[in-house]
Amino acid sequence: MTQELLLQLSTAILLLPLLSFLLLIFFGKRLPRQGDAIATSILGVALLTSLVILIAKLSLFHDELLDYTFTWVDFKNVAGIGPLKLDLGIMIDNVTAIMLVVVTMISFVVHLFSTAYMSGDVRYSRYFAYLGFFSFSMLGIVITNNFFLMYVFWELVGISSYLLIGHWYEKKSAADAGKKAFIVNRIGDVGMFIGINILWANFHTLTFDGVFSAMASGHIPFDSNPWLTAAGILIFCGAIGKSAQFPLHVWLPDAMEGPTPVSALIHAATMVAAGVYLVARVFPMMTADALVFIAYIGAITAFISATIAIAQNDIKKVLAYSTVSQLGYMVMGLGVGAYAAGFFHLVTHAAFKAGLFLGSGSVIHAMHYALHHQHDHQTDPQDIRNLGGLKNRMPITFWTFVIYTLAISGIPLTSGFLSKDEILAGTLAFGQLTGHTLIPITGFLVAGLTAFYMFRLVILTFMGEHKDATRVEHLHESPKPMTIPLVILACLCFFAFYSFNPIGASSGWFFHAVERPMSVVPNAVAAASVEVFEEALHHSHATAMYLSLTVAGLGILLAFATYYWKKVNAEAIAKAVAPVHSFLVNKWYFDELYQATAVAGTVGLSRVLGWFDNKVIDGAVNGVGSITKLTSFVSGKFDNIVVDGVVNFLAYLAGFFGLMFRKVQTGRVQTYIAFVLLGVMLLFFMYRGV
Amino acid sequence: MTLLASLELFDIIFYFFAFVTIVSAAVVVFSRNIVHSAFSLMFTFFGVAALYVMLNADFIAVTQVLVYVGGILVLLLFGVMLTTKVISVEMKTGTLQTLPASILVAVLAGTLCGIFWITDWLTPVARNAELPATTSSGIGRALMTTYLLPFEVASVVLLVAMLGAAMIARRERKR
Amino acid sequence: MPIHVSLIHFLFISAILFSFGVYAVITRRNAIMVLMGIELILNSANINFIAFGRYGGVSLDGQMASIFVIILAACEAAVALAIVLNIYQQFNTVNVDEINALKE
Repeated sequence: MTQELLLQLSTAILLLPLLSFLLLIFFGKRLPRQGDAIATSILGVALLTSLVILIAKLSLFHDELLDYTFTWVDFKNVAGIGPLKLDLGIMIDNVTAIMLVVVTMISFVVHLFSTAYMSGDVRYSRYFAYLGFFSFSMLGIVITNNFFLMYVFWELVGISSYLLIGHWYEKKSAADAGKKAFIVNRIGDVGMFIGINILWANFHTLTFDGVFSAMASGHIPFDSNPWLTAAGILIFCGAIGKSAQFPLHVWLPDAMEGPTPVSALIHAATMVAAGVYLVARVFPMMTADALVFIAYIGAITAFISATIAIAQNDIKKVLAYSTVSQLGYMVMGLGVGAYAAGFFHLVTHAAFKAGLFLGSGSVIHAMHYALHHQHDHQTDPQDIRNLGGLKNRMPITFWTFVIYTLAISGIPLTSGFLSKDEILAGTLAFGQLTGHTLIPITGFLVAGLTAFYMFRLVILTFMGEHKDATRVEHLHESPKPMTIPLVILACLCFFAFYSFNPIGASSGWFFHAVERPMSVVPNAVAAASVEVFEEALHHSHATAMYLSLTVAGLGILLAFATYYWKKVNAEAIAKAVAPVHSFLVNKWYFDELYQATAVAGTVGLSRVLGWFDNKVIDGAVNGVGSITKLTSFVSGKFDNIVVDGVVNFLAYLAGFFGLMFRKVQTGRVQTYIAFVLLGVMLLFFMYRGV
Repeated sequence: MTLLASLELFDIIFYFFAFVTIVSAAVVVFSRNIVHSAFSLMFTFFGVAALYVMLNADFIAVTQVLVYVGGILVLLLFGVMLTTKVISVEMKTGTLQTLPASILVAVLAGTLCGIFWITDWLTPVARNAELPATTSSGIGRALMTTYLLPFEVASVVLLVAMLGAAMIARRERKR
Repeated sequence: MPIHVSLIHFLFISAILFSFGVYAVITRRNAIMVLMGIELILNSANINFIAFGRYGGVSLDGQMASIFVIILAACEAAVALAIVLNIYQQFNTVNVDEINALKE
């Protein structure tokens, strides 16, 4: 297998979902089963191809970077700049190869799951078409080797996310959520756009390689380190939007209005991880300041959303905030310099969070069916207070759900334990090296909170007694297309896939394949070097493990004590700290805050601008208008008398001649022939002498 | 008299047929009765055919008689009969703006004759040169070789005209 | 003008026939008379062709041209008469000066 073949195969992977999209959007309704089998099998092929690429990449070209670049636009010599061209291309390194597998894997299981979950939907084939389109865009982000295509695909995933959130656009809340997701994402994207433009203005290239090598040779934007930091943070703004980091995290919980498999694919496993992937891609150009900023953003996000998740009652909302929190973890991991750990958590999280969402989808599906059977249209099937006791009715869903929960809580033998542990160790090392102790404290606190709210979710959903004894009779395990993806994803939560050592991932293939890239920023502003960091990490590893196990265990214990054994009365506590509780229930009042500041500010500003428009600009315009009116009056008189006089005279002349000559137009062919003959004779006489 | 005496038989025959042609053509044009015109036209066609013979174009002459006299003239007569109200004896046809038309046509004839007169025609072949006895074989060969394509096209045109005429006439009958 | 028959004689005859034909086309109201005029014009053209072919060099090109003219004349007559019949059906007249719908 050659490098060319690998690159060609990866291009094929990129184009396969696009093919699926085109097939389904144009012929979806006419295909058998509305094309879901075609879409799913296309993704299956893409998954197998990605696996081949991953294995080939790791075994044959482990340390090489496969790159294919071509010049898209050649501006030739531009005055004042010199030769300028826009290069595009694809590249495959280990990170890309792993991401290819992650994206196609999750996309495939979600396709499979959706065939059952979405059956009977009014826009069934369009749904699958959009899934294909999303997969195409996401793979594009993963595979590209330059900021330009990255930005293009970045917006494409944004639009496909918008389309899928608003899949049930008859529901106003779904349509609003789609708009909100899109607009909030735009805010971050503007920052990313500015950041990319800074790079383009300075380096005249947008390939990662070109930018990084220019920086490595000592060239930094505008010759100033603050600009370099700013460029890094601005590009990170894109990640803030897409990965739902504080302060732009508000769109993700609302995005749960979309179909649940979409939440699993886009808003849990892949698209929101794109931000993390972006940070990993541009990691070499991040200065120490930018990294600290990133780490704090991640920590704040993780903490805020973990606290909110505790007080939520909607099963999907809990998972949504959990996602935001875990994304904060990843970002924090990258920020503190635990590059491989952050990216590792992305991969493991993709598997178990997709599984959690699909599991919740399975529950909702079953509940929906049962409620429908009872003709009950009032009860909310997503509210965990209405659930409970599903353990025996839906055993596969229950046990896989438990496995995912163990993984996300960081219990040994799971993948989540490995990745979370590495991140926490990284934060500890970071705290020791830089003195930012708040970050490791937040990290451990969130680990405990995560374990608590996840087990709260499991206990309230699956254990205890169901509230309605008749309804429970109608609850059944979901069909095979839904349970098989759950089992596949549950398998992927075991440590063995990533490292044969159940308590340390650093010896596994993953950490071997994904190494923190060399920083290209000047030494003065660079973060602690890899060696120093690894040294500190080595020391903090054991501590981190014990600490994280302790807080996770405490969280789980507390969850059981509160919701299973009922030793602690949750409601009494909620009443006792009512202000705090309502603060959490209302999601820290972020939406209200934005409503009051950003939205109200925008509206107010537009009012002020409207007033300004009406009074000042319109006044000026009206003044100008009256002057113009006067001038035009004078000019009009001139026009009427002088110009029109001339024109009218000409028209009169034309009319006169027309009246004269219209007699010629008799409609009689014979007259015409006579005129033709006259003309011929005229010609005879004219050319007589020739 | 000497001038007349020098006339040869060929010339005499020519002038005779030229006279027939022109007089009958004049009858065609100036006769008020359309049936007279049509019959007079027959003589014109015969005269022209005779002129063709004198121009050593025997095949064309025969064709002229067959097509014009046998085909077109009969067609025209049918047209006359089908469109003229015979019963009300409206065989006479009117004319339009005779005076300006006469002037125009006179000027036209003068112009044409003047041009023919003043032009210095190249006539390399003398009047009494040796000419092939018959042209039929030559025309047949030319039609099958040099003029094959126009010949075929002409046949298609004939077919189309036949179909077209039939169709136009039939649609009219349906109404 | 030479008394012995030469090219110019045929040309004069064709010119006169042509003028008669034009006169008929211009002045006669009856469409069939117009057609007859057209036949005269075509005949005069044929005379020209053949005369030039005869006196301009011994070749059959002039005669070939006239053959095709005759063919087209036959077509024209057939189609034109069909049209005339149709017009008669439509307007109940064949007088061309009354058929001036093109004017409006």
